[in-house]
Amino acid sequence: MKILLVDDEQELVSALAERLSFRGIDADFAVTGEEALKKVGDNAYELAVLDMKMPKISGIKLKQEIMKIRPDMRIIFLTGHGSEEDFKAGSAESSAYLVKPVKIEDLIAKMREALA
Amino acid sequence: MSTPGKLRALLAKFRPAFWDQRAEEGPYKSLFNYQRTWRLSVGLLAAVALAPLCIMTAIDYNVSKRAISSENKLTMGRLTSNTRRSVAYFLDERRAALDFIVREETFAGLTRQDRLEDALKNLKSGFGGFLDLGLIDASGRQIAYVGPYSLLGRDYSGQDWFKNTLAQGHYISDVFLGFRNVPHMIIAIKKDLPDGSFYVLRTTLDTKPINDLLKSLDLSGIGDAFIINKDGALQTYSRYHGGLLEKVSLPVPEYSARTEVLEMKNKDGEGIFVGYAYIQGSPLILIVVKNAAELMKPWYDIRLELVWFLAASILVILLVILGVATYMVNKIYVADQTRAMTLHQVEHTNKMASIGRLAAGVAHEINNPLAIINEKAGLLRDLIVYKGQCEEGGRLVGLIDSVLGSVERCGAITKRLLGFARHIEVSIQPVKIQDVIEEVLSFLTKEAEYRSIRVDVDMPAPVPVFESDRGKLQQIFLNLINNAFQAMNDGGRLGIRIVMQGENRVTVSVSDDGCGIPAADLKRIFDPFFSTKTKKGGTGLGLSITYGLVQELGGTLRVESALGKGTTFYVSFPLKQDQRTVRRENSSGG
Repeated sequence: MKILLVDDEQELVSALAERLSFRGIDADFAVTGEEALKKVGDNAYELAVLDMKMPKISGIKLKQEIMKIRPDMRIIFLTGHGSEEDFKAGSAESSAYLVKPVKIEDLIAKMREALA
Repeated sequence: MSTPGKLRALLAKFRPAFWDQRAEEGPYKSLFNYQRTWRLSVGLLAAVALAPLCIMTAIDYNVSKRAISSENKLTMGRLTSNTRRSVAYFLDERRAALDFIVREETFAGLTRQDRLEDALKNLKSGFGGFLDLGLIDASGRQIAYVGPYSLLGRDYSGQDWFKNTLAQGHYISDVFLGFRNVPHMIIAIKKDLPDGSFYVLRTTLDTKPINDLLKSLDLSGIGDAFIINKDGALQTYSRYHGGLLEKVSLPVPEYSARTEVLEMKNKDGEGIFVGYAYIQGSPLILIVVKNAAELMKPWYDIRLELVWFLAASILVILLVILGVATYMVNKIYVADQTRAMTLHQVEHTNKMASIGRLAAGVAHEINNPLAIINEKAGLLRDLIVYKGQCEEGGRLVGLIDSVLGSVERCGAITKRLLGFARHIEVSIQPVKIQDVIEEVLSFLTKEAEYRSIRVDVDMPAPVPVFESDRGKLQQIFLNLINNAFQAMNDGGRLGIRIVMQGENRVTVSVSDDGCGIPAADLKRIFDPFFSTKTKKGGTGLGLSITYGLVQELGGTLRVESALGKGTTFYVSFPLKQDQRTVRRENSSGG
C-alpha cells in the first residue's frame, strides 16, 4: 500500500509516516498543498490522508485538485478541528473522517476500509 | 387553614400573573411596572367613569331633596292657611253676630233683660260657643247681663279690654280660665249713640270649638296644631308643646301678614317644620308643627333608592374597570414576557454558539500537539518494539503506553467538546436518546464522583433512533440534570429512566432525592424569571427555557415533587417530528 500523508505539522506526519512504514505501509508525506500535488503527480499513491486546515490550500481544496490528477485515489481526512463545516465537507467528500489524535490501528483500519 | 389564610388563598386565586412580577432590574427587566400601570389604569378609568356618575347623582339628590322639601312646605303652608281661615272665620262670624245685634237693637231694648236673653238664646242656637252677654254703658258699668255669672253692675272702666274696645271699636281677648276653670275668651263691640254717647256689648266665648277644629286636623305621626298669643302662651291645647296658658316650647315667630313655614329644631334637637299665621284682628297666632323626618319620608325612600342605584352602578363600573384593566395589563405583560424570552433565547443561542466555537477552537489547538505527542510516543514505542533499540524496552513500552493512554483520554475529552459544540448548531438529525443522556452525564461525572452522587440510568426496553434536534435535547437534559444536582445533598441519588409510551412516544424521567419544591411554587416554576435562587445568581430562566425547548420539539414537560423527598421531571417526545414544527424551527434558526 502506497499512501501520501499531508499535514502542515511536519513533526506529526514524519513520525506517522515512519510508524506506518513499520507496519508495512509505504507512507510518504508532504507539509504543503503544493508539495502534495507535486508528489501526487510524480507517484502512484493509492490513498491520501489529508489535514483539513492548512495554509494556502485547505484539505477540501487539495482533495479536489488531487481528484483532477488522480480521480481513482481514495481520500481520508484527518483533522484536529470539528467544526460543522468540516464535518459536513469531510462527510460529503470522503469515505472517512477522523479527528486527531487517532490510534494508528484505527487509521490503518480506515485505510483498508477505504481501499476495500 | 385559618380564616386569614383562606382569604389569602382566595385572593391568590384571583391575583393576575403580572402581580408579583419583580424583574425590574437586570438585562431582562420588564418595560413596565405592571402593578403601577394597573393601578394607574384603574384609577384613571374609575375617575373618568365615576366622577360624572357621582356628580349627576349628587345633583339629582339635591334637586329631589329641594323638590320634596318645597312640596312639604307648600302643603304645610296650605294646611296652616286653611286652618287660620277657619279660626278667623269662627271669630269674625261671632263678632259679626254681635255687630248685627247692636245694629238691630236699640240701646233701650238691650237694657231689657228679656230682650238680652232672647239675643243670647238666638246667638247660642245660631252660632254656638256663646256663654253670656253683657251691656256696659259709657261709664264702664255693666247695666244689663245674661249668663251663668253674677256680673250685673260690675265696673269695667279701669280694665284693659274696655279701654282697647273704646280705642279700636271692637276687641278680641286672649284665652283665660275664669271662675269655672274653663278656657274662654271675650269679644266686645262698641256702639256709638246719636247723642254722642256709646255702649259696649260684650260676650264670653267658649274656645272648645276652636280646640275641636285643631284636633280634627290630619296631622299624622307626631304633628301638632295650636294657637298662642303674642307672648307665647298657649291658647289652645297642645299635644307636645306645653299645657294650656303655659309658655310654648317654641320661639314666638316674627310677625308676617302671610302664612309662613320655617324649618327648625325642637327642644329634643329633632328637625321640625313649623307653619304659622297671625290671625288678623286678634292677638292669636296659629301654629302647625310637623316632624321633618315624617314629612321627608318619601325623600328618604328616594334617597335609599339613589344610594342603592349609586352603589350598584359603582360596583358594576368598578368590576368592569378591574376586568378590563387586568386583561389589558396582562396582555402587555405577556407581550413583554415574550419579548424578554425571545431576547434571552437569542442571546442564549448566541452564547452557546460562541461557547461552541470557543470549544472547537480550543479542541483544535490542543488536538494538533496531542497528535504530535501521540505520534512521537507511538514512534518511540515502535522503535523499541519493532527494532529492539533499547535494553529496558519492556519498562519503556509500559511508560509509553501510559503516555499514549493519557493522550487517548485527552483526545476523548476534546472530541466530546467538539461533538458538543457541533451539535449546538445542528438541527434535526437521527438521535439515540441514550447517547444524548450519556453525553450530558459525561460532563457531570466528576461532580457526581466528588459529591458521591449515585447516577442510575434505566432503560427497560430499547428505544429506536428518532429524528430530533440533538442540541436542544442536550440543553434540555443538561438543564434538568444540573437542576437535580443543585437540589441534592452530597450522597444523593439521581435516577434517569427512559421508557417507551406506546409506539410513537418516549418519556424520560429525571428524579432526584433532593429538597423538593413547595406546592405553591410548583405551578410557577416554568414561568420566566421565577427563581428561588435569585440571591445565588439564578435568572429564573433555566426551566422556562427548558419548557420552551421541549415545546419546540413537540414534547411535554411536567413535574412531580414532594417537599423534603425529591422531584421528578417527566419529558415526553414524539418519535416522529411534526413536519410543521421542523420547518418552523429550521426557518427560525436561519
